Amino acid sequence: MTYKLLGKNFTPHDVLAKVMGTAKYAEDFRAEGMVFCRMLTSPMPHARVKHLDASEALKMPGVVGILTADEVTPAKGPSNPILTNEPQYVGQPVLAIAAVDETTAQDALEKIKIEWEPLPFVINPLDSLRPGGPDARLDGNVGSLGVKLQTIKWTKEDFDNAGPGQMPMGAAAEEWKYGDVEAGFAKSKVVYDDSFVTASNSHHSLEPRTCMAYWQNGKCFVHGSTQSHTFVVPGLAQLIGVKPDDIIYIAEFCGGGFGSKGAAYSSMAIPALFSKKLNKPVMMRVSRAEEYAIGCARNGFVGRVKLGFGEDGRLLAADMYILQEGGPNNGFWDFRNAADALSIVYTPESMRFRGIPVYGNTPTRSAQRGPGENQIACALEPLMDRAARDLKIDRLELRRLNAPKPDSKVGSDRRVVTSAYLEDALEKGGARFNWEERKARSGQRNGSKVTGVGIGQAYHPAGFSGFDGLVRLLPDGTFHIHTGVGNLGTFSHSGTARIAAEVLKCDWEICVVERGDSRKHLPWNIGQFGSNTSFTMARTNYVAAMDALQKMKEIAAKDLGGKPGDYDVDGKKVFAKASPGRSLTYAKVAQRAIDLGGKFTGKELPADINPMTRASATALAGTGLIGVAKDNLPVGGETAAFAAAFVEVEVDLETGQHRVVDVLNVGDCGTVIHPMGLETQLKGGTVQGFGLACFEHIIFDPQNGLPGVVGLYQAKPPTYLDVPSVMQTDWVDKADPTSPMGTKGIGEPPLGAAASALICAISDALGGHVFNRTPVSTDMILNVASKRPMSHTPLQIHTA
Amino acid sequence: MTDFRVPTSAVRVDDEATRYSRREFIKRVIASGAVASAATYVYGGLSGCSTKGSRAALAGGVERLVSLNVNGQVRRVDVLPQETLAMTLRYKLGLTGTKLGCDRAECGACTVMLDDITFNSCSVLTHSVRARKVVTVEGVGGPNGELHPVQQAFIDELSPQCGFCTPGQVVSAVALLMRNPKPTRDQCRAALAGNLCRCGAYDNYLNGVMRAAAGVSPT
Repeated sequence: MTYKLLGKNFTPHDVLAKVMGTAKYAEDFRAEGMVFCRMLTSPMPHARVKHLDASEALKMPGVVGILTADEVTPAKGPSNPILTNEPQYVGQPVLAIAAVDETTAQDALEKIKIEWEPLPFVINPLDSLRPGGPDARLDGNVGSLGVKLQTIKWTKEDFDNAGPGQMPMGAAAEEWKYGDVEAGFAKSKVVYDDSFVTASNSHHSLEPRTCMAYWQNGKCFVHGSTQSHTFVVPGLAQLIGVKPDDIIYIAEFCGGGFGSKGAAYSSMAIPALFSKKLNKPVMMRVSRAEEYAIGCARNGFVGRVKLGFGEDGRLLAADMYILQEGGPNNGFWDFRNAADALSIVYTPESMRFRGIPVYGNTPTRSAQRGPGENQIACALEPLMDRAARDLKIDRLELRRLNAPKPDSKVGSDRRVVTSAYLEDALEKGGARFNWEERKARSGQRNGSKVTGVGIGQAYHPAGFSGFDGLVRLLPDGTFHIHTGVGNLGTFSHSGTARIAAEVLKCDWEICVVERGDSRKHLPWNIGQFGSNTSFTMARTNYVAAMDALQKMKEIAAKDLGGKPGDYDVDGKKVFAKASPGRSLTYAKVAQRAIDLGGKFTGKELPADINPMTRASATALAGTGLIGVAKDNLPVGGETAAFAAAFVEVEVDLETGQHRVVDVLNVGDCGTVIHPMGLETQLKGGTVQGFGLACFEHIIFDPQNGLPGVVGLYQAKPPTYLDVPSVMQTDWVDKADPTSPMGTKGIGEPPLGAAASALICAISDALGGHVFNRTPVSTDMILNVASKRPMSHTPLQIHTA
Repeated sequence: MTDFRVPTSAVRVDDEATRYSRREFIKRVIASGAVASAATYVYGGLSGCSTKGSRAALAGGVERLVSLNVNGQVRRVDVLPQETLAMTLRYKLGLTGTKLGCDRAECGACTVMLDDITFNSCSVLTHSVRARKVVTVEGVGGPNGELHPVQQAFIDELSPQCGFCTPGQVVSAVALLMRNPKPTRDQCRAALAGNLCRCGAYDNYLNGVMRAAAGVSPT
């Protein structure tokens, strides 16, 4: 299917501002009379404020006020509080001081006298599961988003039953299965039982989550840093304690979020609440060190998986237990996603999954690009390679054999996926990467260096439905696409807008993308996370544009005779198919919509649109022809995106360093909307994947719960010199049958595919050694190369 | 002789009034998350509204009017002795293109040129640049708003993703091409290595620099 706009490159309108430096992020805004606040954060992993005396601080010249936990909206259940008198990790915000400048605010913080009551704390979740072990929270030790707060302790027998290096497996918080795993293992040719650790790592958004807020005429103006736009507003309103209508949210640019800024987050409310109290605009700049504390991190896993393969390499049985180590509050359900990934990437014939999300007194976790799916890829892909080695089957063939087929199902509820072209990605990638020839280079020596090649794969659900679209044809002939999509750097706000333009066959030059500011009157969209935008907002733009198209035809029929079905559009006019001379220009039909009023110009609206969309359409009513609709298109199952990556690496056995010689990352994301945009996601995911595989972790001192990573060089995200200077990408470009133009999302799988491919390649260089741990550090590589024991114990976490 | 003085906040070890036990206090000092960040922002806290008097008590805490040469213009601005160039640019001169990603010379988001050489402006004292030519991302283009070839190339190659590191990448690339108009890709990589990009757009940025180099004539 060829399209006018889809599949073609274009320059998104926001790139100019980015290269000029005129793009404004939260910290770039000013307001008259603005004051500055700094947070007082917890010095302890778990403590209670016994006594607080801020009198000296408040007396200082230039200090304008204090905001304490008692003055803010309290956290609901185990969700992340805005401020707290019982901090649960080092760096958690306790209170804030505002002053005429930051130096004064910071000096004032040091004058605040707090008497702390230290409380028991947990750094390693296994400690919390031991009988009599500490709990991260006073009200329980197990829970996450979607999993109720509870207390679970394992027994001494559970711990004793685990052999050396094996994860003990006590009572789970969740369990599900399909098929008969025992029978599966019984007929397997090889059975593995591996325990593994995947490290938590910071999101490392380059823009710390600074926020600025002020109130005007009862409305709260917030300049924030979020990946999403309209999706943020209701959550933000709840945090601030106002109605969504009373928020004017401005976030046209966001310097990275990777999941940590996907929706409203609690620290965003501090400036707004403080501003309300002080009756002055409040700017809260967040430092890099603070970003390590409140900027979230990926959940870590301690896991154990038993895999049984048949002689032909088919995965007959999989039994996985994930212990998710998280922060002290809700976080995210990475462990569930890991199970889903196992079920669909490898389609085991039978499977059991057990999971237990354990709270810890380390920073709040939130979803990070491929939350759960991408960590588990790092753990499982090397085990696929081991099976291939042991069964003497080609590693690419083994993956193709186990890849999802059209009727494959995912997860505990055995959902059908609407399309899964992972096999195509493997085949296309394998051919382009010349897998057949390159695999012969395994183990080739070049002085102290040895070559390895590897394949990686990953998955993520790739779309939602039920959100709204809103478009507007103006009498000046322009077509405005109002989108609630945020700007985290994927250009999907414009990519998905092109679907609307495609429906009306518009030239892109007459299109205006309206986004990033509540005052532009935007529809209710879901947020920019979970690889969903190119599916979900393709649908919303599609239905809104179809609504506009229908109205254009009705107006033409009204004015020129006949029925709406007699008419079509060509990008400039709506014309009668039988005699194209009978036509109205887009500009004219927009004017006619205004004249006719009613539904044509947004004065009557569909009953099922979201109140936010209703308010936006109402504000725009009378300005042109309005297309507005809720996405009620059928949903055929789960939309799923996949990626397969291929890596050739050279490992230096004397230094432990690796150099990626070549990498190819292949995406399955349905119809490609924006080829250059897709490339940026594949390459960007590759870089982040390499970081996850080999460079990034968070470290905590187990004795005092203090963070060992508060700087970029300690963490550390990859630089230019850590990754190859050229990266290859490709895509399957096969349409998803349930998506209006075949599109699916793609943001996350490329990361997991690249991460696991690199780990597999390094393992391959080392003769197939399975690390069962990320990051695969130079230290670990050197120990394998020199046959020395690892400097950590198998289940140790948060280590260097 | 090395000065081992600790910040004044740490001096009250046995102060009854704070009601800390000595052990709790030492733990707090060791919890460098709290104390270190206080030290970091001693000089970093100057934003927007300045104030008379509140810092007069601080030794050397008086602003002085200086002339800076920024993007080809003379700018007169009040500057504190401990003020960083990034602070001055962003909060006193309205030049918010220069970004702060770490405020400690680790990420390169604040890259500017001083006499055509790149520096992390977060770690340069404004007073030290009074005699030097400062160029920020806002100043690399032409006098009538023309884009620098690097900026145009970054657009054409879709180099920026979230855009937060982009100003720093632009300045580093402009500086490179000034001293080496026909770099190899590896030379570009080395020159920009101090600019961290979390979105991972390195390949696209390198494509952009090479594209600009192909078009830029040597000066």
